[in-house]
Formats: sequence, structure tokens, C-alpha cells
Amino acid sequence: MTDAAVAISSVRKTFAGASQPALGGVSLDILKNEFFTLLGPSGCGKTTLLRMIAGFENPDSGAILLDGTAMARTPPNRRPVNTVFQSYALFPHMSVAQNIAFALEMLGRPRDAIRARVAEMMRLLRLDGLGDRRPAQLSGGQQQRVALGRALAPEPKVLLLDEPLSALDLKLRKEMQIELKRLQTETGITFVFVTHDQEEALTMSDRVAVMRGGAVMQIGRPADIYERPANLFVAEFIGEANLLPAICVDRTGHGGTFRLAGASDDDGAIAVADAGTLAPGQTATLVVRPERVALVPAQTTRLRGQAREAVYRGSDLMLHASLPGGAMLRARLPGDADVTALIGQVTGFAFPGDAVRAFAA
Amino acid sequence: MMRDQSLLRIPGASVIAALALVFLYLPIVTLVALSFNASDLTTIWTGFSVRWYAAVLDNGDMLRAAKNSLITASIATVLATAAATAATLGVARTRSAYRGVVEGLLGLPLLVPEIVTAVALLLLFVLVGAPLGLLSVILAHTVFCIPFAYYPIRSRLAGLDPALIEAASDLYASAWQRFLRIELPLLGPGILAGALLAFISSLGDFVITYFVAGPGATTLPVYIFGMIRIGVTPEVNALSAILLLTSIAVIGVAFLLGRRPASQHKGG
Repeated sequence: MTDAAVAISSVRKTFAGASQPALGGVSLDILKNEFFTLLGPSGCGKTTLLRMIAGFENPDSGAILLDGTAMARTPPNRRPVNTVFQSYALFPHMSVAQNIAFALEMLGRPRDAIRARVAEMMRLLRLDGLGDRRPAQLSGGQQQRVALGRALAPEPKVLLLDEPLSALDLKLRKEMQIELKRLQTETGITFVFVTHDQEEALTMSDRVAVMRGGAVMQIGRPADIYERPANLFVAEFIGEANLLPAICVDRTGHGGTFRLAGASDDDGAIAVADAGTLAPGQTATLVVRPERVALVPAQTTRLRGQAREAVYRGSDLMLHASLPGGAMLRARLPGDADVTALIGQVTGFAFPGDAVRAFAA
Repeated sequence: MMRDQSLLRIPGASVIAALALVFLYLPIVTLVALSFNASDLTTIWTGFSVRWYAAVLDNGDMLRAAKNSLITASIATVLATAAATAATLGVARTRSAYRGVVEGLLGLPLLVPEIVTAVALLLLFVLVGAPLGLLSVILAHTVFCIPFAYYPIRSRLAGLDPALIEAASDLYASAWQRFLRIELPLLGPGILAGALLAFISSLGDFVITYFVAGPGATTLPVYIFGMIRIGVTPEVNALSAILLLTSIAVIGVAFLLGRRPASQHKGG
């Protein structure tokens, strides 16, 4: 594939002494100019994969191509990629300007070109006037921007970012998310971003690879992954989800009808637009996002439950209800919804068939 | 105050601590005090004088021994520190399962009785037919100084973010550029502290030197031992006091360097 900035095929890695492989045969393509995120819980292999692209780890088997060139045993200093480290790893004995100039000096660029590029990076990252400071004299946000400037200065083909926002407080993190997206668009450099924060991944990425236990669970645009999770893990890991145990009772074309486990057809029936390969009689887990659940009068629906409590969360309100058979259903309502009269009452719930995902249990 | 954790709440602990300090330092204090004794007899105080210091500085044999000591300590320090620095970086970089074994072997000479090392080195020199002289002393000192230099450098490296080394490679530095621009400056205080410890260990060593030194390669400790066999004179006291002062100064510098935190370079 000629469009791939990074092509990873069947990469395996097991660390000495580990019983489980860190990466169990991962294949994926990262396109040019793409903001690509590796998302997953700790230990899923996302950082190992990033470190392999950088050259800090070597795969046991499989290939990594950068811009079409195989990188199997190429050392980090000969790869056209640069890294923003989680700890920033700014050289403490050098000034901000010296840090940003470092890669250019190592590449033997002319002195004038280095000076011009450093000034350009300082402007791009809004570090003007801080060139003579030491890293220890900067705030966390400023250090973050120096780390970005240092890695972007040599114009790498790919910029690798290893959870770079995790040390910042929430407000600064939100600002940096937007700043990173702006930088990626302005520089046109491929960004590969590693995070365990699903919101961060959805906010910034063009595409996301969700990883777990050394394997890729799903690759797609943020909306694909959120709206159409490929499996239960992705559905649970990304955003909030209601997981409802159910039995397939009927199939019609793509769709099907399900009944909540332990409920009757009268008060626990759910229509699903795409039931996959599930056959009648099979048990399944249905996934539906709380914001797709609507409150309707009890007599107009075949799905009913008892409202238990309402949790106010500022921008919205989460209504918890127990369904027949014992499963809990959460419905996200507007923050100003008045549901106090509903608590303890049986009420009806409805959601469109295409809002439900069905997975074999 | 964490009174509950303190040993001082055990009855008599402070008295024992005080006695222990007296026991440790009384001989040294006595030695320094008597070096200023005007009397020819070491142990009878007759008045204050610096005549023995003058005598020391006027003693040609003694000055030759001091010169040998300084030459040995300087060369052994440079060689041992270079080896220890290389060992630190090499051990840190390896993923080998034998990493712990190598680190243990590096430190083992600190635990081996000095006399064993001395006899072993002497046997080795005799076996390979190396002449005993200043060169053999320098080689021997280099060997036993390596662990002294190694530990301060290693603890300095342990205090550094490993990503700093990776960042240097990531930013296109070759192995040499990384060493000169990143590793050497960041390990600097540890390397200096290690070098000073190596220097002190070399300067004060007697047992190993005594075994591997040939004629004409007498160092200060060996010279002092020779003087004492004839009889303890106040001159020995003065010489010892000078050595003591040198050691305290060097260790003080090493201590101050070792206390500098790894990644905080405020100001400058």
C-alpha cells in the first residue's frame, strides 16, 4: 500500500519472562497525514507497538515499514520518526532552544538553518521569549510544548506521542488536545498517539485502533467505533453502554427480535436492526448507549422497567431502571428533566433498532 | 518528630551512641593533637609546635613516597573511573538475564578480604612475569578502584529518566554523540564523585600496595608503615594528619556532588 506512512504486519513480541505475548500478531496501516490513535487499557501493547515504530524495541517476528521501507533492525537514530515522551524527557542541562536544536545539530544541518528552524518552532508552539530557560524553569504545559517542538523540528515523517497529556491537569489537557490537532493539521505530519483515555482518542483522532491483550480489537473512525463497536470489549471500553443479556427469538432479514433473559415477550422485547449471525434460541448481549434510550409511556412499548434512581451530573441526568429479569438500564436525559415522580414507578423505554448492537454471549 | 520510631527512646541509647563516637574519633583526634607536640617523644605533651610538619616537608624519602602515591592515585583514578563509567552504561543497556550477576561481580571486590586480592594480584604479576614497580601498583590500584567508582555513577544513572537516553537516540544522535552530549554531562556529578572515592581509596591503600610494590615504588602508607617499624615519631603523626585532611577534603567534595539532584538544574 503506497499511502501508508507506517505499515505494520503480523508483528509479534513476547518479553523475556512474560507468559503472555505483549503483541500477538498485530497488523495495521497508518495513512499519511493521519492522526492515528492506539487506544487501550494498560498492558494492551499500545506502548510496545509505539516503541517498535520508534526502534526502541524489536519485534520477534513480523515487519514494520516506514514510508515503504522495512525498518526491521534499523536503530532509532536512523529512523525518520521522532517521539514525544510521556515524561517529556527534556534534556535538563540544555536550554529550551538547545533542546529544540538538538536533532538538527545531530543531522548536521547548517547553523543558520538551525537557528531559523528553532525560531519557527518557538513561534509555532508559542514559546517566544523562553529560549534561554532551562526545562526545570518551565510549567508543565510549557515543557509539553518544548517536547513537541523538539520532536517536530527535524520534520519527521511520523510523530509518535506516548501519552503526552497524562501529566497535565484537566483544563490544560483539553487545551492541548485542540492544540495537537491544530499542529497536526498545520504541519501535515502523520501523528501516532498512544492513550488509555477514550475521550482523548475520540476528540483528536482521524482513526483509532482499540487494543486489548496484545491484539487489535477494532480500527475505525471515532464515530464508527462509538456507534458500531465490533465487539463487547470495544462497546464497554468506549463511552458508556448498557449491556443487556438476551435471547434471540426471531430473525427477519438482517434484523431480529430479542427477549431479555428472564423476561416475557410482553415486557422485555427488543428489536435489533442488525443481528449479525445470531440464530433464534441463541443467547446474546445487547449493547445500547444511554443517550439513545428514550422514556415513553408504559403502554406504548414492549420494554418496561422500574425507575430506581436519578443521578444528576450537571450537563445531563442518568436515570437507572431495573428491567424484568434483573438487568439494569441507564437512560441519559437532559439535565433539567424532572423525573422525581417516576422513581419507583414502572415506565416504558424505547430505542431505535439501529441503536442496538447484538453480540453472541 | 517521629518519636515512636526513634532508637533514642531505648534507655541509655544516647549514652552508648556518644561512647561509640568517642571510641571512633578519640584516636584520630589524639593523633592530630599530638602532631602539634613540640616533644620528640610522641606521647608526652610539652608544648605546641608545627616543627614536625616542617620536618615532613623536608624529608626527601617521604616526598618521593608522596609523589608515588599521587601518581598512582591519579592514573588509577582516571582508568578506574573510565572503566566504571563504561560498565555503568553497558550494564544499564543490556537486557541480559545475567545483568544481576554482572552487577554483583562488579561489587564483589568490595567484600573480598583485601589480603586475598593482594595475594592474588601478586601471584598474577609473578605468573605473567610482570616486574614489580610503580606500574604494577598502578594496575593493582586501577582494579580495586573500579567498584568504588562504579557505585556513585550507577546511583546517578538510576536517578535519571531512562527516556533521556532514548530521546537522544530518537533525535538522531549516534552512540558517541549521545555519550558526549547527553550521558557524560548528566552523569557528570556521579562520575566526579566516583573518581574522588577511587582517588581516596587509592591514596589510603596499604595492604595491596605492600604486596605488589617493588623497590622504588613506595607509596605514602607503605612509607609510614616503614617509619613505624623504627619507632613512632611525631613526624608520623604530622604525615598522617596531612593525609587525613586530604581525605576529608576529597570526601567532602564527593559528598556534596552526590547530593545534587539528578534532573533539577535550577538557574544558570
